[in-house]
Amino acid sequence: MSQHTVTAFEEDMSFLAHKIAEMGGHAERMMEQSVRALVENDLQLARRVVTDDLVLDEALRLIDDKSVLVIAQRQPVASDLREVFAAIRISTDLERIGDLAKNIAKRVEAINEGKHGVRLVRGIEHLCELTLAQLKEVLDAYGTLSTDKLSMIRDRDDEIDAMYTSLFRELLTYMMEDPRNITTCTHLLFCAKNIERIGDHATNIAEAVYYMVEGDRMPPYRPKDDKSHKISVEAGEGQ
Amino acid sequence: MKVDTQQGFADGTATAVAGSNEFPVKMDGKNVNVFYGDKQAIFDVNLEIRERQVTALIGPSGCGKSTYLRCLNRMNDTIESCRVTGLITMDGEDIYDPSIDVVELRARVGMVFQKPNPFPKSIFENVSYGPRIHGLARSKADLEALVEQSLRGAGLWDEVKDRLQEPGTGLSGGQQQRLCIARAIAVSPEVILMDEPCSALDPIATAIVEELIDELRQNYTIAIVTHSMQQAARVSQRTAMFHLGELVEVDDTETMFTNPSEKRTQDYITGRFG
Ligand SMILES: Nc1ncnc2c1ncn2[C@@H]1O[C@H](COP(=O)(O)OP(=O)(O)OP(=O)(O)O)[C@@H](O)[C@H]1O
Ligand SMILES: [Mg+2]
Repeated sequence: MSQHTVTAFEEDMSFLAHKIAEMGGHAERMMEQSVRALVENDLQLARRVVTDDLVLDEALRLIDDKSVLVIAQRQPVASDLREVFAAIRISTDLERIGDLAKNIAKRVEAINEGKHGVRLVRGIEHLCELTLAQLKEVLDAYGTLSTDKLSMIRDRDDEIDAMYTSLFRELLTYMMEDPRNITTCTHLLFCAKNIERIGDHATNIAEAVYYMVEGDRMPPYRPKDDKSHKISVEAGEGQ
Repeated sequence: MKVDTQQGFADGTATAVAGSNEFPVKMDGKNVNVFYGDKQAIFDVNLEIRERQVTALIGPSGCGKSTYLRCLNRMNDTIESCRVTGLITMDGEDIYDPSIDVVELRARVGMVFQKPNPFPKSIFENVSYGPRIHGLARSKADLEALVEQSLRGAGLWDEVKDRLQEPGTGLSGGQQQRLCIARAIAVSPEVILMDEPCSALDPIATAIVEELIDELRQNYTIAIVTHSMQQAARVSQRTAMFHLGELVEVDDTETMFTNPSEKRTQDYITGRFG
């Protein structure tokens, strides 16, 4: 698209786009590192993730301030308006993703004391890979303004939900097997839940990108598949 | 709040906009071409102006907005070199038909200009002039009532009721513009054309005129030329985008300012032209 006649407006808009891209990269990294810290029992890495979250909080503040200023000074319309609107929404989602990754990192210490076996975290690792791929793809879509894959990406959120449900079941089974697993498994359950919610935020971002580019809502959503709220384990099962 | 786009907001605002296709067409232009001498200023424009709606005409300077607006009450007739072809109808009737009385047409299609242009006469006479020459008032009392009603309609009555005999030119710019609007509505027009009516006004006077436009919409059909994108977005329900004498697109204002179809519209309203 051609440039704005007013250079400062052009600069404000690219500032927003760059900051979102930066936040996106940072959120991805935090998520990846928090789960790696968990899998490898790496406390140092976990602590770094926790302090890293400040960067996202600061970036969110900058995007908020700039967006408010752009609205006040330039009264953006059409694609500009949609871009500012998307920046506000996406930055909020990315900041939440950072919080969720931080929360995973904080649990590493608690889990470390219980010393999990590799078997317990394999599911989490896999869930993380799937979710991270989703996040990468929606951020790529933001960067390239391409919407062709977005509804597919969003619909794939169901896979994450399904995997979370089975992970939930698996962790419950471990707890039944040996009550000494309960502390660790509860923390892992929260970690899994956090990852699943990161997937939801990726879905929100997909929707925001779609609206930004197309000026319209994404075609209707397929029903969700998270059935974990219905799961219970009968005593004796899995023993 | 969750809004179903089909249903609109609970107060019906979105429905009114979305359903703007249902408003009857008041004035219709078909294949309109306008020439100043050899130079063509309007190219094959087809544009409906719908009843009880505000239609905004936007586009870069020189694109033909004023020219098109002036076709709608045949103000272009007063320009020697100007020639209009195509069909322009009001309520289905050809306004360029030889049987049409142009003076009567201009009473039915009133106009408000960019610069407030009150006559160098009293406030009262500014408003009463039109009704008098069109024989709209039978008595002095009738005329006084009509002047009051028009000034009230233009939101000016309270400010001038004690100084009706003072010259209209002694009012502030914003008051003068509302006086011109009062003058336009005094002859009970069906359509009001406004050519950048707020460009000489400060933000408060502008807000008052915009509020007035919104009220006038209940009883009149309005077409407004404006250079302010925000004004077009605020006061109109339909927006027509002109460029180089062509109509680029016309759509519901809400759509035009969130998701226009044409690149030229997008570039113009986002400030990317040139
Ligand atoms: N009286 C005239 N004689 C000759 N050419 C004219 C006359 N009035 C307008 N034009 C030409 O017709 C074209 C359209 O002019 P018009 O005034 O309709 O544009 P506009 O969209 O109203 O511009 P602006 O936003 O600057 O008021 C321009 O190229 C202009 O030079
Ligand atoms: Mg003009």
